[in-house]
Amino acid sequence: MGMILKAIWSQLVTLFEVLRHTFTKSDTIEYPEVMPYLAPRYRGRIVLTRDPDGEERCVACNLCAVVCPVDCIALQKTEDDHGRWYPEFFRINFSRCIMCGMCEEACPTYAIQLTPDFEMCEYDRQNMVYEKEHLLISGQGKYHGYSFYNVSGKSIEDKDKGEARNEAPPVDVRSLLP
Amino acid sequence: MEELFIYVVIFGTLFGVFGGAAILVWFERRLLGIWQDRRGPNRVGPLGIGLAFADIIKLFAKEDWIPPFADRFVFVFAPTAIVMAMLLGFAVVPYAPDIHIANLNIGLLFFLGMTSLAVYSVMLGGLASNNKYALLGGLRSAAQMVSYEVFMGLSLMGVVMLTGSFSLVDIVLWQEDHYWFVIPQFIGFVVFLIAGIAESHRLPFDLPEAEHELVAGFHTEYSGMKFGMFMVGEYLGLILISCMIVTIFFGGWLGPAFLPPIIWFFLKSFGFICFFILLRAAIPRPRYDQLMSFGWKFMLPLTLINLLATGAIVLWV
Repeated sequence: MGMILKAIWSQLVTLFEVLRHTFTKSDTIEYPEVMPYLAPRYRGRIVLTRDPDGEERCVACNLCAVVCPVDCIALQKTEDDHGRWYPEFFRINFSRCIMCGMCEEACPTYAIQLTPDFEMCEYDRQNMVYEKEHLLISGQGKYHGYSFYNVSGKSIEDKDKGEARNEAPPVDVRSLLP
Repeated sequence: MEELFIYVVIFGTLFGVFGGAAILVWFERRLLGIWQDRRGPNRVGPLGIGLAFADIIKLFAKEDWIPPFADRFVFVFAPTAIVMAMLLGFAVVPYAPDIHIANLNIGLLFFLGMTSLAVYSVMLGGLASNNKYALLGGLRSAAQMVSYEVFMGLSLMGVVMLTGSFSLVDIVLWQEDHYWFVIPQFIGFVVFLIAGIAESHRLPFDLPEAEHELVAGFHTEYSGMKFGMFMVGEYLGLILISCMIVTIFFGGWLGPAFLPPIIWFFLKSFGFICFFILLRAAIPRPRYDQLMSFGWKFMLPLTLINLLATGAIVLWV
């Protein structure tokens, strides 16, 4: 008997608790009129960033294309007169992209980054294919002050091996012989 | 004049309940939204009320497909049966002292009979679909309706004993002289309420369609307006049960004189419709064996005790 009364009471409490919600505020954010807050690290539309000098950060290493689970990234490496690598073309097919962010994790130069923009609807599927000029932005994105060639050991025209930041000059291994 | 008036009531009821059912589609979702801290449909028209019409247009425009493996005649007949039965049930509802379609001296029995007929619709729909989920839904529905019907009828017998009449108008008039039946027949009211939910297979007793287990239960194979008929039938049942609870236990059209009787009737019925939606928002669906044992082992004895006690009081007090 006690059990039955307890069960009935619990149902009544449930009803009351739900009824109380008549007067609570709705949690819904009515999206097209009100934009919800999206964190800076939200995984949305992919961009290619530039280093502080305004040069492309991408060195066309292909790691993003390799790690991409849906194979939506295609690029071709080429080299400029200074010996810097850069992509000849860089194409992301956003109709395939699943916004997983693995390309951003794989990128050794902070070039490829995901942004909090998800409003990318198109009526034509072909418009979902973004070329390099669509992807490149003029800023540095989320990681400021980083320039791959200034810290890496790769020699380019005006910077030889050992001249990068925090880099010791190369050691002549023969001189270390006993 | 008399002749004309009855037609007005008949067509008023017809359009009223169909319009009510259409609006309820929107209203229920809106209320559920509010109780779940959402907004509910609010885009089409003011407060989203246009959704009701959008839904109707959609249902009419949809492909009405009859699966090749279905039993055609029964498949088409089933959805009409529930709407017919529920509409017939409205024939005995007294809206106000002189506004009713028929004042049958067996009004209560007629209402019980019509709600029982609705089980054919669900059962035949499940059977004719030739689909295992639909069949399971139909089976469940048949078992559930049969079990809950038993004490649905018995729970009203206390009222009948006190009134000495099966006529719904007489029942309301008795309440005018004495008090609302919800006071002396509180157990009867609770049992009738629960049985009523089970009869109109609304949540939490919507096991015939239990979408978690049975896809959509008995109307898995239905589409377009045939599915719409099942929906309309369900909402008609909801309105009918609310009207009946108000008539039998809450004094029908009775109320303070500042509002006309018919408004009191609609207000009370509307309150119960909201309560049914609240039940849907709040209470989870029981397991099937729980439903059965709850019916037979708890509700039925409770009803019988209520019946015995009422009988004893009528006899000796």
